Amino acid sequence: MHDHNNIRLPEGSIEKETTTLNLGPTHPATHGVFQNILELDGERIIKADSTVGYIHRAFEKIAERRPYYQITPLTDRLNYCSSPINNMGWHLTCEKLLGVKTPKRVDYLRIIIMELARISDHLICNSIVGVDTGAYTGFLYVMQYRELIYEIYEEVCGSRLTTNIGRIGGFERNFTNTAFQKLEKFLKEYPGVLREFENLFTRNRIFVERTKGVGGISAERALNYGFTGPNLRAAGVDYDVRVHSPYSSYEDIDFIIPIGTTGDNYDRYQVRNAEMWESLKIIEQAYRKVQEFKGAESEVFHADVPAYYLPEKSDVYTKMEALIYHFKIVMGETEIPPGELYNSVEGGNGELGFYLISDGGRAPYRLHFRRPCFVYYQAFPELVTGGMLSDAIVTMSSLNLIAGEMDG
Amino acid sequence: MSLTNDIIKTRLTEKFGDLLSAWEEPYGMLTFTAASDQNLKVMNFLKEELGFNFLTDITAVNYPDRKGEELAVVYHLHNLVDNIRMRFKVFAPVEKPDIYTATGIFSSANWMERETYDFFGVNFVGHPDLRRILNVDEMDYFPLRKEYPLEDQTRIDKDDEMFGR
Amino acid sequence: MARPVRFNIKQKDTSDWGINIASAPQGHMGEGFFATSLDKVVGLARKNSIWPLPFATSCCGIEFMATMGSHYDLARFGSERVGFSPRQCDLLMVMGTIAKKMGPVVKQVYLQMAEPRWVLAVGACASSGGIFDTYSVLQGIDQVVPVDVYVPGCPPRPEAIIDGVLKIQELVHNESLRRRNSDKYKLLLESYGIQ
Repeated sequence: MHDHNNIRLPEGSIEKETTTLNLGPTHPATHGVFQNILELDGERIIKADSTVGYIHRAFEKIAERRPYYQITPLTDRLNYCSSPINNMGWHLTCEKLLGVKTPKRVDYLRIIIMELARISDHLICNSIVGVDTGAYTGFLYVMQYRELIYEIYEEVCGSRLTTNIGRIGGFERNFTNTAFQKLEKFLKEYPGVLREFENLFTRNRIFVERTKGVGGISAERALNYGFTGPNLRAAGVDYDVRVHSPYSSYEDIDFIIPIGTTGDNYDRYQVRNAEMWESLKIIEQAYRKVQEFKGAESEVFHADVPAYYLPEKSDVYTKMEALIYHFKIVMGETEIPPGELYNSVEGGNGELGFYLISDGGRAPYRLHFRRPCFVYYQAFPELVTGGMLSDAIVTMSSLNLIAGEMDG
Repeated sequence: MSLTNDIIKTRLTEKFGDLLSAWEEPYGMLTFTAASDQNLKVMNFLKEELGFNFLTDITAVNYPDRKGEELAVVYHLHNLVDNIRMRFKVFAPVEKPDIYTATGIFSSANWMERETYDFFGVNFVGHPDLRRILNVDEMDYFPLRKEYPLEDQTRIDKDDEMFGR
Repeated sequence: MARPVRFNIKQKDTSDWGINIASAPQGHMGEGFFATSLDKVVGLARKNSIWPLPFATSCCGIEFMATMGSHYDLARFGSERVGFSPRQCDLLMVMGTIAKKMGPVVKQVYLQMAEPRWVLAVGACASSGGIFDTYSVLQGIDQVVPVDVYVPGCPPRPEAIIDGVLKIQELVHNESLRRRNSDKYKLLLESYGIQ
C-alpha cells in the first residue's frame, strides 16, 4: 500500500461544496484568449471571475511613436473580423483633426466597404453561436461567402484580412471594374445564402431553446455597463453612432435600426441578422449612388489635399510642388494642428472611439482607443451567474468578444 | 428646450463656480477641468440633473512638464437623449495620484479605472478591486508614462542600431 | 437476390484529371505482402493523419478558420480532426500574437503533448513578435518552445498556411524513429528548460 503522506490539499478544500473550474485562456469555446475562473455548484455557476490581457499588444504606446498614416495597420488589428471599419474610423478621426473634407463619391465607397466589413463580422458571430450550440454546418456554408467579401477587399487594397484600406483623404486607388463586378455578384448571391442560414437557425427548436432567456440584460443595466452596438440594441436601446452622429454621408442613406426586447442571446442573434439585411440595403443604395457619378467625377477617389495625401508618383518625378509635398509628408514636416478630439464610429461590436491628443508633432501625443468589447465584457459575470455552464459558453460567443479588441 | 454647450456651462458654473476652470470647445465638444476631489460631485450632477447617463470612456494622459499636475484623468460622458457629448479632466500629481472612483455611479468605470491604474499608476480611492488588468501582475512600473520606453529593455538579442530605436 | 447497381456505373476517364498516385516506399513485394523498413511505413502513416491543435489567439486564427473552410480545405491533407486537447494532438499550430502573459500557457500546452510532437509557428507575431516590438509581446514563440516550421505573413494567406503544413508533413515523413530519444534532441529540450 502506497504512502500518501506527501499529498497536501489546499486549505478548506475538503469542506468546500463548490468546484473551481478554470475556463482557461486556451479553450475551444473561448473564441479568443480570455480566462474565466468559475465557481460551480454542480452545473450552476455561483461566481465568475474574468481575466483579460493575454494578448495585450500595447497599441496605445506604439501609437505615440508612429506618424498618423502608420497607425492604420495598428487599427486593423483591433477588431480583426471587420478591420476596414477600424481603418475608416481612424481616417475619419485624422480628417476631423486636419480639417479635410472628402468628396461624396469617396464617402459612398467608404460606406460600401464598411458595410461589407459589418456583414463579415456579424456572419462570424452568428455562425459561431450556431457552432457553440452544436450546429457546425451553418458556419461552413457562410465561410464560403466571407471568401467573396475577402476577394472584394483584395481587388481594392490587395489584402484579405488586415486590410489597411484607404488613406487619409480617400482611397489609394480607384475601384476597378472587377471590384464592382464582384460586388454585384455578392449582392446577387448573398441574400439567398442568408435566407438559407436563417432557415437553419431562426425557428430551429434546439437553437431557440438554447438561446432564449439566456444571458439577458435589461436596458438600464446595459447602459450603466457601457454596452454599445448590437448588444445594447438587443436590450432595447436604439443607439447607433451612424444615426446619432452621422459620418461619411450616412445621412443620405435610408436604413432602420433593429432593436430587441430582452437582451438575451436569441435577441442578439436576431439583431445581428436583421443588421445584415440592413447592411445589404445600405450597400445597394450606396452602390446606386456611386454609379450616378459620370465622366470626370467617377475618377475621383480621394480628397484634393496634397498636404496630407501622397501625390501621384509620376507627378513626384516631374513637378516641383508634388516633390516637395511628397518629401514633407514622408519626413513628417507637414503642419498638424495641435488639439484634442474624440471621434467614434459604429464598429462591428459598438462604438469604437478614438481619443486623440496632438501636440503638432509627427506622431500623436496620446492616442486612446475606446474599445467596445473591453467595456461590455465587465458585465459577463452578471450575465452568467445563476445559469448553467453550457449557457455561459453560448453567452460568451453571442457577445462577440474579440480578444484583439479587448486587450489592445 | 434642448441642451446646448452654453446651457451646460451656465448650469455647471452656477453650481460649482470656481472649482471648474479651463473651459474650451475643441472641435465642438465642451471640455473643462475640475478640481481633483470634485470629480464625483460633477459626475453625479451631470448624470442626475443634465441627463448624461452614459459613460463613454475614462483614460489618463501624462504631462511630465506640468509640475504638480502630471497625470490628467479624462472622463467622456454622453447624453443619449439630447445627443451631446462632453469631457472633463481632473489633474493629480504623480507623487500622490489619488482620485475618487466612479464605480458607484457607473458600473462600466470598473475596468476602465483598472486599465488607467495599470498604464499610469493613478490610484482610484474606493475601487473594489484595483489591480493590473492588461499587463502581467509582476510588472513593477507603469508603462504608458512618458519616461518609460516602448521596447522591452531586458532583451539581449535585438540590436538597437539595427532596429532603429 | 441482390439488386443490381443502378447509379454511378459509367467508367470515368481520369487521364486528364492530373491525379498522381504516390509511389510506394522502397521494399520487397510478394504474393499478398509488402516488406519495407518500419520507419518508412510509420512516416507515411503519420504524415497523412496529423491531428493539429489550433492555438489561435488573434488575426491569424481567422485566416486559419478560412483555411479549414471549404474553399482552401485543409482536411484534404489529413488534418480533418482538429482537437483542442493537447493530450490527443500531434501538431501545435500557434497562430497569432503571444504576449508575455500567455507564454507560460503555451509552454504548459506544449508540455502536455505526447511525443512525437511538432510545432508550427503561423504568422509574423508567433515567429518573431511581428510588428509589435513592445514591452508586453513575446518576440517569437521560440523563446519558450522549440519550433519546427515558421510560416511568415501578416496574416499569411491560406495557401501559405497549407504550405507550412505540407513542410511539417515532409518533416514527419523523414523523421527517424530514434530522434526523440537522441542526445541532440535532449539537449534541445534542455535548452528550453524542458526535462
